Amino acid sequence: MDLYEHMGKDLFRAHGIATPRGLVAFSATDAAEATRELGGRSVVKIQVQVGGRGKGGGVELCDTPEAAAAAAERMLGSDFKGFPVTRVLVEELLPIAQEFYTSVLLDRSSGEDLALMTAEGGVDIEELARTRPEVLRRVRIDPLLGMRPFHVRELVGTLPVAAWEGAGAVLRAMYQLLVERDATLVEINPLVLLEDDRVVALDAKVTIDDNALWRHPDLEELGSQFPIDEVEARAKEKDLQYVKLDGNVGIIGNGAGLVMSTLDVVAQAGARAANFLDVGGGASADQMATSLEVVLSDPAVKSVLVNIFGGITRCDVVAQGVLEALDRVEARVPIVVRLDGTNAEDGRRILAEASHPRIVPAANMLEAAEEAADLAAKSS
Amino acid sequence: MSILVDERTSLVVQGITGNEGTFHTLRNRAYGTKVVAGVTPGKGGQDVEGIPVFDTVARAVAETGANTSMIFVPPRFAAEAILEAADAGVGLVVCITEGIPVRDMATVHSALTRRGTTLVGPNCPGVISPGAANVGIIPGEICAPGRVGLVSRSGTLVYQIVHELTQRGIGQSTCVGMGGDPVHGIGFVEALERFQADASTELVVLTGEIGGDDEERAAAFIADNVTKPVVGYLAGFEAPPGRRMGHAGAIVTGSSGTAAAKAEALEAVGVAVGRNPMQVAELVAERLG
Repeated sequence: MDLYEHMGKDLFRAHGIATPRGLVAFSATDAAEATRELGGRSVVKIQVQVGGRGKGGGVELCDTPEAAAAAAERMLGSDFKGFPVTRVLVEELLPIAQEFYTSVLLDRSSGEDLALMTAEGGVDIEELARTRPEVLRRVRIDPLLGMRPFHVRELVGTLPVAAWEGAGAVLRAMYQLLVERDATLVEINPLVLLEDDRVVALDAKVTIDDNALWRHPDLEELGSQFPIDEVEARAKEKDLQYVKLDGNVGIIGNGAGLVMSTLDVVAQAGARAANFLDVGGGASADQMATSLEVVLSDPAVKSVLVNIFGGITRCDVVAQGVLEALDRVEARVPIVVRLDGTNAEDGRRILAEASHPRIVPAANMLEAAEEAADLAAKSS
Repeated sequence: MSILVDERTSLVVQGITGNEGTFHTLRNRAYGTKVVAGVTPGKGGQDVEGIPVFDTVARAVAETGANTSMIFVPPRFAAEAILEAADAGVGLVVCITEGIPVRDMATVHSALTRRGTTLVGPNCPGVISPGAANVGIIPGEICAPGRVGLVSRSGTLVYQIVHELTQRGIGQSTCVGMGGDPVHGIGFVEALERFQADASTELVVLTGEIGGDDEERAAAFIADNVTKPVVGYLAGFEAPPGRRMGHAGAIVTGSSGTAAAKAEALEAVGVAVGRNPMQVAELVAERLG
């Protein structure tokens, strides 16, 4: 889960990392009022779960409360890279001496933590790592040992000496946040040295591990503040792994890999998937029924492809789930069903005996994809 | 011959008394796997269809000599279960559990490098050496003994591809589901290393997906170390960037981790990459002649 900047900064302050004074605004009036409170000038920043705001017109310096209101007016209700903007962060302007970059993350490739810091602030870090790796300090951290003083000394090495103490404290706090709050990424770009030698985080990017949200009820609650697609919201309520896509063939499968493969095969058959939906391992009849309800509730869906290969999931349970769902929701489109694996014959028999007019059985995955693509094309 | 599991596998199941734990333990035993013990804290002294249950892995190992563990423990306790198995001296741990916090896995990863325990998973379907042993949830009936080694991040894609192979009369030496989590036990590189050294494996099928750089590292390893033919498959060409596709590890970050980049890396070192699971089976058949 990617946090909004202002949420990340709340975590920063709780861990002792200084941030500019700021207020979240949901309207132009709020933004003007906040700017007045901050002394008449401010920076107004859109809050979205995606980067590149600076270059994309998502950050504006405002010299008056009226200018802040105008900026907020322009930003609120707009879309930024497909993400609806529902709030802006209004912050005080600070006298900056120099900008830096820093991040700590759990590196999936090595299974270790990684910390980065450079005196070059406000940069595209991937670009810098490619073109001038020598200016980027980078240390691997054994998770069992944690961040040590020698790591910190190495990391701050390219910064001016005046920033060492402040930047070192920020690094230790970031690492503590990473570990204690189950973050997978904590990034500050830019981290700044002020004219009075204070070190302050001007930005905050924090990603929390979804698998660990049960340990952090306060963070889990933040999740409800992000605007999501209506169908996605319904799927989330039911604990389904669902991602809305832009095609018209609804997809239900078991296992992330098989569902991804199904999307690809449907594309190869000349159609596009309307969604990704993984019913998961050990899917119950109820989960299956709920999945069909969710997929069918997307008006773009013109046919559905149920692609199940049974491992933990037993195909007889899946078949019962499909039938149960058809008792609960009206099948407004044809449903192509392909079952294989554990108890597949029982599953196929259950479907055959029910002989539901909307169910189209398919012998294999390619046939199923072609059938679902054809049916979607015919009805659109 | 095979890798990781075989007739010498002596299995202890952690979480044996849960629904899924019992169901799959009995399936594994019915397949021919030697299941010697189960572990559920507080249920020591009971048995599951004749399989003795112990309170700790250390007890189970001391009493039965188990050398492999399979874990069906809920995600909050699964990392602890892996550490317990390693501490008891179990050489191979297969963790089926999905949803373990990645921070916990980082701790496990670091601890295991000091123990010499091999981990498969988590969030994986397990390992099967057809005809010899099945440790996990891969349906044994779709496999057949043979000379193709298979390693996959996705579970159901293992089934899909194995099924295609078996239907063509092509058997498997060992099928390894390495799991879909960002921090995991053995990966493509470690599996390829073992398959290259395994005399019974003639060809390796590698099934990847979006996210991370496991496939790119596999490509580099193949270029330098693998002389056996490798056939690949990648899932997720249609996945939009920034969205997690089911598996915790399946996410395209910016422009890195795309299926297209992975396919390109593998093809550059001579791996034949199929467009769909059926074509993978065709490519394997062609190469085996």
